[in-house]
Amino acid sequence: MDLHLSSAEPTVEEKAAVDAELGPPESGWQGGVRRIEQEGRVAVGGREARSRRHLLLPVLHAVQARAGWISPGALNYVCLRLDVPPAEAHGVASFYGMFALDRRPPVVAHVCDDIGCMLRGAEAVCDELQTKLGPANAACQGGQAVWQRSPCLGLCERAPAVLITGAGENPGERVLAPATADAVQASIGDAVAGRWPAESDVFSPRLSVPQAGGATLRVLRRIGEAGPPALDHYLRLGGYQALRRSLDLGPEGVLREVMESRLVGRGGAAFPVGKKWEAVSLQSDRAGARYVVCNADESEPGTFKDRIVMEGDPFAILEGMTIAALAVGAQQGYIYIRGEYPLATRRLRQAIQSARAAGWLGGNILDRGLSFDIQVRRGAGAYICGEETALFNSIEGYRGEPRNKPPFPTQAGLFGRPTVVNNVETIVNIPEIILGGGAAYAQIGSLNSTGTRLFCLSGHVVRPGVYEAPFGLTLGEMIDLAGGVAGNGRLQAVLLGGAAGAFVSPSELHMLLTFEGARSIGATLGSGVIMLFDDSVDLKQILLRIAAFFRDESCGQCVPCRVGTVRQEEALHRLAHARPLQSFADEVKTLREMGQAMRDASICGLGQTASSAIESALHRWSLFA
Amino acid sequence: MSDAPSALHPIPRGPVPEAPPAHSVRRIDVRIDGQTVSVPEGATILHAAREAGIDTPTLCYLESLAPVNVCRVCVVELEGSRALVPACSRKVEPGMIIHTDSERVRLSRRMVLEFLASSVDVSTAPEFQGYLQRYAAHPERFGASAATVAQAPKIDNELYIRDYSKCILCYKCVEACGVEAQNTFAIAVAGRGFSARIATEYEVPLPGSACVYCGNCIAVCPTGALMFKAEYDLRRDGAWDEARQNRTDTVCPYCGVGCNLTIHEQDGKIVHVSSPLDHSVTRGNLCIKGRFGWQFVEIQPAPDGQKSKKK
Repeated sequence: MDLHLSSAEPTVEEKAAVDAELGPPESGWQGGVRRIEQEGRVAVGGREARSRRHLLLPVLHAVQARAGWISPGALNYVCLRLDVPPAEAHGVASFYGMFALDRRPPVVAHVCDDIGCMLRGAEAVCDELQTKLGPANAACQGGQAVWQRSPCLGLCERAPAVLITGAGENPGERVLAPATADAVQASIGDAVAGRWPAESDVFSPRLSVPQAGGATLRVLRRIGEAGPPALDHYLRLGGYQALRRSLDLGPEGVLREVMESRLVGRGGAAFPVGKKWEAVSLQSDRAGARYVVCNADESEPGTFKDRIVMEGDPFAILEGMTIAALAVGAQQGYIYIRGEYPLATRRLRQAIQSARAAGWLGGNILDRGLSFDIQVRRGAGAYICGEETALFNSIEGYRGEPRNKPPFPTQAGLFGRPTVVNNVETIVNIPEIILGGGAAYAQIGSLNSTGTRLFCLSGHVVRPGVYEAPFGLTLGEMIDLAGGVAGNGRLQAVLLGGAAGAFVSPSELHMLLTFEGARSIGATLGSGVIMLFDDSVDLKQILLRIAAFFRDESCGQCVPCRVGTVRQEEALHRLAHARPLQSFADEVKTLREMGQAMRDASICGLGQTASSAIESALHRWSLFA
Repeated sequence: MSDAPSALHPIPRGPVPEAPPAHSVRRIDVRIDGQTVSVPEGATILHAAREAGIDTPTLCYLESLAPVNVCRVCVVELEGSRALVPACSRKVEPGMIIHTDSERVRLSRRMVLEFLASSVDVSTAPEFQGYLQRYAAHPERFGASAATVAQAPKIDNELYIRDYSKCILCYKCVEACGVEAQNTFAIAVAGRGFSARIATEYEVPLPGSACVYCGNCIAVCPTGALMFKAEYDLRRDGAWDEARQNRTDTVCPYCGVGCNLTIHEQDGKIVHVSSPLDHSVTRGNLCIKGRFGWQFVEIQPAPDGQKSKKK
C-alpha cells in the first residue's frame, strides 16, 4: 500500500517496544535498514504485512505501555510495520479508552465510580483524591500521574475499586480493592518510582467466592487456592478427563452430549450452545479455518464471575475450548479478555504456557491427532467489544464496531470464517457436561434453564461475591444465601442482569432465577448480576450513572444509539433536577419513545438494551413527579 | 481502395462471438405491505420495496457503495424478527413478510430523523428536509440545550471545505476514500460514541494527510458537509442560486479514460463538477483534474488576440 506518513519519527524506546512485539523489521519498506541491492526495485511488505493487521491492538498496547501515549511518530512506525494507513490506525487507537493519543502522565489511576462502587463509597474516595491530588484528569505528582473516573472495573465484590496502570521502562498494573484514597496515593507514588507488587492483585477465594470449598459446587468446585493455579493440581482434581472422554466420543458424540444438556449461553443472550456448535460443524467448507473464541470481555457493570473463573480455574477454560475445537473442527482459539483484568490475563497466559509445555495444547494433543492452540488478546477499554461481532473486529485490528447480522458468527465470524464464540462461564460448563453426560446435566435446574448458574452479588448485600446455584432458586433465596440485605437493611431495589438488565422491586423477590422466570416479569438474568440497593440510595443518581455509562460506551456507529444515549441522559438530568421541558409526563413519554427506537432500530445489543434498566425503574416507581 | 490491412481496415477476424446466455437467477417472492413482489436472489429489501413502488428513505445508502446500514432510517418491520431490520442491507429470503409503514417503523424513522436534526445542521440537505416533513419530525422537542456536533468548518485548502457540524456520520466519504473507490485512506472514523467523527490521523489538515483531492468524498456526501470551496464561498456570500445554474454534460479533456463530467455553471463560472453515479466508466468518481482542474476554461483570451499570461 502506498502509505502517506507524516515526518514524525518514533523514539528509540517506542521503536524497541514495537519491535519487541513484532520482531525486527525485515526490510527498509518496514522501517528497517534498506538493502538497496534487494529492495531497489521491488516493494517488500504489502499483502504479507497487511495480513498481520490483527497484531495492531497488541502493538498499540506495547507502545502505550512503554511511552504512556501513542505519539504520531510511534503510530507512523506501527503503520509502516503493518502496512496500515495512519488515518485508520488512528481511528482504531482512538476507539479505546485505555489508549491516549495526547501526551499523558505515565501513571494513571482508574477510579471506578460505577453503580457497584457508588454504593460502597466511591464518591468519598474521589472527593478525598481531589483534596489530596487535585482534580480528576489533571496531572499530579509532578506531572507523573493522573487520576480519572472509570466505568465498572469488574471488582464489585470488593468495592470500591481502583486500577493503577503505569507506563515506562518498568510498566505495571495494580488493583486496589477495597481502595482508600490513602492507599491510592501511596500506590501512585510507588508506581511513579517504578515499584510494583509481584502480583497485580490478591486473589482471595474467601472474599470473592463465599461458597468456596462447598460440596454442592460444580463449576466453582476447583476454586480454593489463592496462589497461581498449577496444571498438576488441575489434573489431580480430575482436569482434562473430559477432554480424554471427548476424544473417545468423537466430534459427533461431543455435539450430542452438548445438545442433550440443553446448555444455553451465559453471556446474556441465552442462545442454545449445541445449536451454535452444530451450525459451525455443518458449514460446508471443510477445508478452511474455523475458530473457537472465548468471550472474556466481561464489562457489564456489576459482573465479575468470569474474572473469578479465569483467576481461580483457568485450565478449565482451556479444556472447554479444546473440546469445542474438537467438536467443530477448529485449530485456533482466541481468548479476548478485557484490558482491565491484569491478574486474570497473567494467569490465563501462564496456564496456556504450561498446557502447551505439557502437550495439552499444540499439535497432536494426546497423540490423538487433535491440533489446537490458543492466543490471548487484551481489549483496551471498550464495553462494546463484548458484543461478539465487535469482538471479532477488535481482534482483526479494526474499530470495535458491531457488524450487522446476518451473516451470523457461525457462518462468517472471526476473519470471515465460521466461528464458535462463547462466554467464559459457558465454556467451563462444557467439561462438566462431558464428564457427567448431557442428559444428567439437563436434570439440574429447571425445564428450560438447565445446569447451574453463577450469580454476581454486590451492593448492599452482607456477603458479596460470586455464587453458584442450580437454576430455580428464588431471588429472595439467593439474597439469603449471600447473608441478606446490608446497608440499612431495608431493601429498595435489586438490579438484575446488569446495566443492560432491569430493576425489580422487593415485592418481586419470589421470582424464580431462571430464564423463563425473569422473562415472565419483563426482566432478564443477563450476565448474572444481582445488585442490591437499600432505601437510602437515591435511585435517580443510579439511573443517571447508567445513562452516562451507555453514552460513554456507545460505539457511535448507528444513529439511534449514538444520539439516543445522549438524549436519554439529557432527559434524565432534566427530570432529576426537576426542570422538564414541558411536563414530567412529556419527558417520560419522550424517554419511552427513545427507548423504543433504540430497542427497535439499533444495530446491536448495546443500543437495544441501553434504556431497559431505566425504563424498568420508570415502570416500577414514580421517581419523577 | 486497397485490400491491404491498415489502421482503418484491420484484418478481418471472423464473426463476433455471441455473449454466453445470461446466468439464470433464482427469483424470490416476498410480501411487502400486502403486495407480493418477485426479486432476484441476493437483492435487498430496499430493492424489493422499490420494485413494489414503495419509497423508502435512505441516508447512508448509495447505489455505488456497499451498504453500511448505520443511519437506520430505512428500517422496516420483518415478521419473526425481534428488532426492525435495515432494508438497505438485509437480503430477501423466501416467504419474508415485511411492513414498511407500521407504527413501529414510523416511530423509529421519526426518532432517527429527530436525533440527527437535533444534533447536526441539516440546512443544506434538501432530501433530509423532505423526510422531516414526511415523518412529522420535531427535532426541537429535545430543547435548546441538546448536545450538537456544532464546530467551525475546516478550511485548509483551496479546493474543498469540511464542515463537520453538518456531518451525520454516514460513513460514505470514508468508503469512497477507501476500498470502495479511491483506496487512499486519508480519512477514517475516529473516537467513539457521540464524539465519533471523520478525521485524518491526529486531525492533521488535509494538505498534511494522504488526501489526493479526487473529491469523491464530496460526490457522496448527502448533507453538504463536504463542499467545493467555490460553492461554500458563494453560499457564504448569499450568492448561491441553483435556479441560475446550468448543467452541461461533457467528457473530461485530460486523459483517455473518458470520464463523463457534469459541469455546474452559474453566472459564467464553474461552481461544481460532478459525474453521473450510473456512468459505466466513473460510477460517479473522478480525479483531481476532472473534479477541480477547470480554471483554464475561465481564462479569457487577451483582447488583442495574444495569448493570455499568468498573473
